[in-house]
Amino acid sequence: MKSKCWKFGDNVNTDEIIPARYLNTTDTNELAKHCMEDADPDFIKKARKGDVIVAGENFGCGSSREHAPISIKAAGISCVIAKSFARIFFRNAINIGLLIFECPKAAEQIKEGDEIEVKLAQSEIFNHTSKKTFTFEPFPPEMQEIIKSGGLMNFVKTKMGQ
Amino acid sequence: MGMTITEKIIAAHCGVREVHPGQFVYANVDICLGNDITAPIAIEEFEKAGIKKVFDPEKIVLVPDHFTPNKDIKSAQQSKSLRVFAEKHRLKYYFEIGRMGIEHALLPEQGIVAPGELVIGADSHTCTYGALGAFSTGVGSTDLAACFATGKVWLKVPESIKFVFHGKAKRWTSGKDFILYTIGKIGVDGALYKAMEFTGPAISELSMDDRFAICNMAIEAGAKSGIIAPDKITESYVNGRVKKGYVKYHSDPDSKYSMVYEFNADDIPPQVALPSLPENTKPVDDACGIKIDQVVIGSCTNGRISDLRIAAKILKGKKAHPSIRLIIIPATQDIYKQALKEGLIEIFIDAEAVVSTPTCGPCLGGHMGILAEGERALTTTNRNFVGRMGHPKSEIYLCSPAVAAASAITGKITTPDEIIKL
Ligand code: SF4
Repeated sequence: MKSKCWKFGDNVNTDEIIPARYLNTTDTNELAKHCMEDADPDFIKKARKGDVIVAGENFGCGSSREHAPISIKAAGISCVIAKSFARIFFRNAINIGLLIFECPKAAEQIKEGDEIEVKLAQSEIFNHTSKKTFTFEPFPPEMQEIIKSGGLMNFVKTKMGQ
Repeated sequence: MGMTITEKIIAAHCGVREVHPGQFVYANVDICLGNDITAPIAIEEFEKAGIKKVFDPEKIVLVPDHFTPNKDIKSAQQSKSLRVFAEKHRLKYYFEIGRMGIEHALLPEQGIVAPGELVIGADSHTCTYGALGAFSTGVGSTDLAACFATGKVWLKVPESIKFVFHGKAKRWTSGKDFILYTIGKIGVDGALYKAMEFTGPAISELSMDDRFAICNMAIEAGAKSGIIAPDKITESYVNGRVKKGYVKYHSDPDSKYSMVYEFNADDIPPQVALPSLPENTKPVDDACGIKIDQVVIGSCTNGRISDLRIAAKILKGKKAHPSIRLIIIPATQDIYKQALKEGLIEIFIDAEAVVSTPTCGPCLGGHMGILAEGERALTTTNRNFVGRMGHPKSEIYLCSPAVAAASAITGKITTPDEIIKL
């Protein structure tokens, strides 16, 4: 599946991804409506289901609000590719099953509007627009286990069931 | 090879003798924390998973502090979910308004966190408790839900960076200035995924309140945690508050650091972080004269009693500049009461400040002082991101309580020396 890319800079923080004025709800549809609002007020109008966010260093820095990856996932964004992620955003994404990829080359070279495809099994990102392939490091096995379970709570449930 | 204090605490909580940076572990948690923004999602997740019992009702702390006293119906619903959960599971630590405070000031004050413990909180500034010599880190709501169920958290053991502060702090330089200076040097991702260990003679002389301010902002450098090894000052703070046994850990002399920074406290004047990242720091002298509309003194960084004492010392007998809205928020009820006893509140009210009940309030643009388009705030909080305190086109400057108080009097960024001459 080809996905269209939307580019953002370095240090995109959680206040830009989902401003605190919307944190008085946990309704995912409501959170989706304001995804990326303070970074790009038109983002949610432009982005389509399956699109990809491509960003620079330290994506998701700032607060621990899980509302940030939730709003991205609920907005239908298929994954986030960045040079690096802030650590709480990183673990939240793993825990809720939002796909994220740390791939500095891809994050740098992919341009806004490029169409890409993520090949998970091969740990590759293919840029259909520029015809370039980028590889990323697969997650450590323990994290893969959490991802495969469909998130941390499912993982915990299976573990507790045993 | 020796271990750092951080590695020792994590190893002890995994029941092993040693751990190494990069290692993936499931660690036992002594205390886990949630607030009125993050706990509702954790509670939903916990209940959705159909788990009936929490791992330990004495190790879960819920503090409604962000939008409380509830600013609207939706936030009232969120606070209610905490209250209902706390009752249902008979949690020992649920802090209702009137008994509460901003979580990261409240937990140490109430003796809930002890040195050597492993603490997680669904709030990024959970790193504050590192000042007690605990390993303490921010996580998300799903992590919190999993911890409610299991009492465990998944972690990658972080590498440590050591920050040595030599010399002696200058007159108006506080813990806040040390950390702003540090973030200015290393950047907002300068310690990404790492533990920041603060040490050296200038740190040893700092009060606990200053140490909390330092560890509080470790996250602003991207760090997993900040930590200061316990010493006499830690012990005298903890004694009488902490009612449980605890272990004091120290880094071995031959432990390994991914980086060591050496700073001289004598070179660090009071700092200001310009919009819109905490790394945009400058000595206050270089920012003097910038006009501001609002000054906020409070938050989990600088709403403690010594912060209020410094502010009162500068504001005593003076008034906030006519163009300034001055908002002062003691971080907990105990701090509020102490400030009242010492006459600080009267000084603030005489200075025409708004004094509020404990709340995060304006720090995250929640309530109690939101900025309009084009307005500028100087604040003792910890984040100056775009839109953090209100309109996306407002601006935030970060500083210490001393600089905030001095600037409130003049209406523009001002050094404390200008108000209180030697
Ligand atoms: S005072 Fe500000 S930074 Fe601290 S917990 Fe509250 S909102 Fe977060």
